[in-house]
Amino acid sequence: MENHTTTDPGVAQRYRVCAVEEIAENGGVLADLGHREVGVFKHKGRLYAYDNRCIHQGGPVCSGELLGATKLELDEGKQARREILDEDEMRLVCPWHGWEFDLLSGQAAHDRRYRLRRFNVTVEDGVVYVDA
Amino acid sequence: MSTDTILQARVLPNRRQDHYLVNAEREAQQRGLFDVPIVDCDSHCYETVCFPEIVAYIESPNVRRSFQFTSLESIQANLIPQNLGDRNVGGRLHPGGGYGAQEGAYPLDERGANLHPVAATTLRSMDALAIDYTILFPTPMLNIGLHPDYDMQNELTWAFNRWLVEDVIPNDDRLLSMPLLPIHDPEQCLRHIQAFSGRPGVVGFMVTCLQYQPLHRNVYMKVFDALNERGLPLAFHSAPNWTERPFAVLDSFLGAHALGFPFYAMVHMTNVVLSGLPERFPNIKWMFMEAGQAWVPFTIARLDNEYKQRSSEAPLLKRLPGEYIRDFYFTTQPFESHDRASDTRAMIDMMNGSQTLLYASDYPHQDFDTPAAIWDQPRFTEEERRAIVGGNAMKLFELSSPPAGVSAHATGARDAEDVR
Ligand code: FES
Repeated sequence: MENHTTTDPGVAQRYRVCAVEEIAENGGVLADLGHREVGVFKHKGRLYAYDNRCIHQGGPVCSGELLGATKLELDEGKQARREILDEDEMRLVCPWHGWEFDLLSGQAAHDRRYRLRRFNVTVEDGVVYVDA
Repeated sequence: MSTDTILQARVLPNRRQDHYLVNAEREAQQRGLFDVPIVDCDSHCYETVCFPEIVAYIESPNVRRSFQFTSLESIQANLIPQNLGDRNVGGRLHPGGGYGAQEGAYPLDERGANLHPVAATTLRSMDALAIDYTILFPTPMLNIGLHPDYDMQNELTWAFNRWLVEDVIPNDDRLLSMPLLPIHDPEQCLRHIQAFSGRPGVVGFMVTCLQYQPLHRNVYMKVFDALNERGLPLAFHSAPNWTERPFAVLDSFLGAHALGFPFYAMVHMTNVVLSGLPERFPNIKWMFMEAGQAWVPFTIARLDNEYKQRSSEAPLLKRLPGEYIRDFYFTTQPFESHDRASDTRAMIDMMNGSQTLLYASDYPHQDFDTPAAIWDQPRFTEEERRAIVGGNAMKLFELSSPPAGVSAHATGARDAEDVR
């Protein structure tokens, strides 16, 4: 059994989500657990699970885009050279107002004190499970 | 944690929920907002797709032909002034469910099918957001004041207002409007005020802030007089304009959007106050829209300070400028929540906000606020929350109380037990 993220404390129920191959690299699925929705995302083979409730105004953050962080490259003279989307720093972007969250930690990109609620996600015999 | 029973989750295709506001509906339910009167003082339609209907109300045969022989895309691109800027940040923001939005349109039930599609989609989003009344404003027509052809401004404004007041608003008592005044032309304004005041759902008039008319000039006084006589609210609806010279130095829409709204609101509000319009027309309720709040204490401080030094330049004033401004009304969206709740509280106190703030969603525009943006403010009392989300607007617009929970069922929103 592979454990992908640390769990939030509290009593949780285990849910079978889907086969691990059904989640594309740099993609995700949205799972309706009945009492909440959870997004499960894959990046560099690891899985991350978050509550589909944005900490801003409660928007469906897990139905948003998964994109590399925008970086502006400067040259030695501090002149702007080019913008890139850095896929080593993936962001989950809330589709309501665009707040961006670091995929690995769930922290808001603009203020690391705030983060999305994260859930334990495991893979067993090729099946993805979430405890929530 | 129990792993004895493993439950099966339902995987939602393409990470899409049933509709765009599922979460908003759930949050409103959890807060009991379906039992609180909520008035949305600024929501929008996307009227471009409705131009085939609007065109029918254009009076000039040649202007009408221009619209009849132009595709909707070209109408948007060539016949209505544009407002530059990528609202959706390179596809990061997904558009909401207004009629004519690219995607995310609402599933309507059979009652919705009998309504005008703009009314039906608006009511459906109101149901999800727990909103009892909404005042519906245009989208591209907010730029009409930038059109260099004043006849075109007159023709389009008249046609748009007729369409809104005659075809859309009468679909439901919960839909309200403040028709747009072509403020460059005082005679035309009088025609609009005469034609539309007193019509069902008309609760005042609106001037777009994206125009350059010096409203202190004598020629406009007959317009204010007509509004004053009727005791009607006059709203100044703001918008950004990235191509305006001061903003053309900015390299992002973020900057132009953040500063543009309060910039135009500030200029027009300053002119209203310093030219003594509230003294001349004491029955008009002045209202400023879509510029947030932080600019209001700033403007009060700047004007009060200057007024003390040069009051002879504003001879009609009997009080400090800030005292007039504290009697004006301001819509909340975008509600600027400060990091420290005490700062948000101070901002509201400086502008007398508990008496004068009017909740606005701006839905379905990309920076919309749900009622929870106000309801969840930690330093607001219950009474203040109720006043801001609906009570202040109910008094201002003399609206009758909606029956509790009306918005949950009016157009077939899902039953309460379906809303988690
Ligand atoms: S609700 Fe997610 S950014 Fe606003």
